[in-house]
Amino acid sequence: MIDLHGYGPRLFEGALVTIELAILSLILAVVLGLLTASAKMSRSWPLHRLGTLYTTIIRGVPDLVLMMLLFFGGQIGINMFTDMLYDRYDIDIFINVNEFVAGVITIGLIFGAYMGETFRGAFLAVDSGQIEAGRAYGMSQWLVFRRIRFPLMMRHALPGLSNNWMVLLKTTALVSVIGLSDMVRVASEASKATREPFTFMIIVAAIYLLIATFSEWGFAHLQKRYNVGFGESH
Amino acid sequence: MKRLLGVTLLGAILVAGAAEAREYDKVRFGVDVPYEPMEYRTPDGELTGFDIELGNALCAEMEIECEWIVQGWDGIIPGLLSRKYDAIMSSMTINDERREQVLFSDPYITPPSAWFAPADSNIETPNAEALEGKTIGVQRGTLQDNYVTDNFGDVARVSRYATADDMVLDMDAGRLDIVFLDFPIGKATLLDSEAGNYQVVGEMITEPKKYFGDGFGIAFRQRDEELAAKFNEALATLKENGTYNEIYNRYFGNNNQ
Amino acid sequence: MEALIANITELLAENTIFNAQTLGYYGEGLVTTVQLVFLSLIIGLVLAIPLAIGRGSKRKWIKMPIFFYTYVFRGTPLLVQLYLIYYGVVFVEGIQDTWLWLILERPFYPALIAFTLNTAAYTTEIFHGAIKATSRGEIEAARAYGMSYSLMMRRIILPSAFRRALPAYGNEVIFMLHASAIASVVTIMDLTGAARFVYARFYAPFEAFLFVAAIYLCLTFAILYLFRYLEKRMLAHLKPASQ
Repeated sequence: MIDLHGYGPRLFEGALVTIELAILSLILAVVLGLLTASAKMSRSWPLHRLGTLYTTIIRGVPDLVLMMLLFFGGQIGINMFTDMLYDRYDIDIFINVNEFVAGVITIGLIFGAYMGETFRGAFLAVDSGQIEAGRAYGMSQWLVFRRIRFPLMMRHALPGLSNNWMVLLKTTALVSVIGLSDMVRVASEASKATREPFTFMIIVAAIYLLIATFSEWGFAHLQKRYNVGFGESH
Repeated sequence: MKRLLGVTLLGAILVAGAAEAREYDKVRFGVDVPYEPMEYRTPDGELTGFDIELGNALCAEMEIECEWIVQGWDGIIPGLLSRKYDAIMSSMTINDERREQVLFSDPYITPPSAWFAPADSNIETPNAEALEGKTIGVQRGTLQDNYVTDNFGDVARVSRYATADDMVLDMDAGRLDIVFLDFPIGKATLLDSEAGNYQVVGEMITEPKKYFGDGFGIAFRQRDEELAAKFNEALATLKENGTYNEIYNRYFGNNNQ
Repeated sequence: MEALIANITELLAENTIFNAQTLGYYGEGLVTTVQLVFLSLIIGLVLAIPLAIGRGSKRKWIKMPIFFYTYVFRGTPLLVQLYLIYYGVVFVEGIQDTWLWLILERPFYPALIAFTLNTAAYTTEIFHGAIKATSRGEIEAARAYGMSYSLMMRRIILPSAFRRALPAYGNEVIFMLHASAIASVVTIMDLTGAARFVYARFYAPFEAFLFVAAIYLCLTFAILYLFRYLEKRMLAHLKPASQ
């Protein structure tokens, strides 16, 4: 049997951190992605520019560099702000962005840009005849979105979404470099203390594979649901 | 739809923030682990070490509550300034560069830095000549990093590590010819735990003051003078009543450094 | 405009962060990053071609190991792969006494191995997909000409698959450039390593990381335009004739 030298429980906690981090950042990324997609498709050019700037910069810079910039720079930025409040108005507040929240915000921000592209493509792929048909039935804008645009869009977005999720899941490993105790961090601490890197890193690799396999299965299931009515060919 | 999303997002960001009044019934320490024997974790995750025990004793003396927050060395000063914690007690050497950023307590221990190399190393005195073409290990952003980079950066390859034990692992692997460390840390991680494999090379180093400063101090934000004064007072009391010596001897034995 | 330039000059004169030493680190970092990415992509590409062909083989004992390899390397973080190779190799009994150690001692080569294996796995899948998508008509035409399997592979399937794979491979190249940032974790002074050094020394996250982000952005654009140019040239036959 594999000897974990007492690191078993912490490794398990680390795996939970990884999963929580991945799911919460996914939610943030989807929200940001929908906003970005609407900004990029909007007729107002400042919004359009803003959306383009966001996706271009985020997708042109390595995740790790962005993470360090936001993580370390964010602290100093907030610090400047609260110091200003203290010096000028004698208001002493303390804003504690803990590592986990910062990790969620950073990964969410990064993948929001990728999601934006996915959603934009998917919205554009929705047949406008369907939307017109909805309007002709007297549906409100919101009802058209909920009943027609969103479900039809999801069908086109799912492959991209599932791909982004797989990349996002692996990106969570980077937070270990910044100091968040995810499973990679715990495994690397454990492997240094016990001098057995193979044991711990292979366990971590196996957990990632397990999550990836499980989510692949889940996405296939979802794809089937959103494909209802479009035949088997998709 | 858009507005709803906006509100949700704002909510998510606000969760991150919390307002707190300034009151010294509790002090949060930022600490970078592992840095044995100064600060490290037992396998079940509990923090221990000289700094931790002394810090807890200081808090007990002042009758306030102590909390320890683990923070990588890279971000330890920015973390203090942004009030993630109120003080840093993490083997931080007092020097002028840092005095510009933070306020230091009186030094609570003054360990030298030292060179450590494998027992069979052919380096006798670590100077520019002997270190030419060698690979030197340091922890990134430490005063040892600054010293080595400025003095030997041109002749040797400098490998910078995020933590001290990353470095020890690479030293064991044979990737490093020599490392430059706070002496107590090198002693605990290289001399004591790997008896016979490593040796101290050359003299203990405490000069020039520009790099090596005045020993380890607790760092506070510049404006928290009151808090620093309270700690200085408590430190003096612990040195007088023997508590300090008791902790010191537990970690460094019979004054052998 | 002149006032702006004067402003910038003044700013540069006042700054203590971007001196000759740190700019030197950034310069060397750029060279290291480009070397690491370029070499791993080239070697990865060379490995990926036979692997992609084998991945589509009908024989299970060829197909399955390749599938397993790409599945594992695409399903786990590159950081974990790097740790495994960098720290793992050391624990192979007696490796320090062999010639291999000369390669593995410096962090550059373990990182190169990890990056190469990683990009080869992704590239294998990209090519596999492109080969699978070869139109039946092309294959039948080649057969009708009496081409052998290997001739058909060389003359018909691979060239057309390369073209189809080009956009996806362009993404992989950019992905590799960005992924290379983790080399700094194993002490390599690549671009990110230089930025981390500057940050740790001067506590200046904005300067250190924004500067390096700008360099990465330029590199990304350069790759993007290179591939756009290649696509234009090699996929010209797929464009509508009237243009």
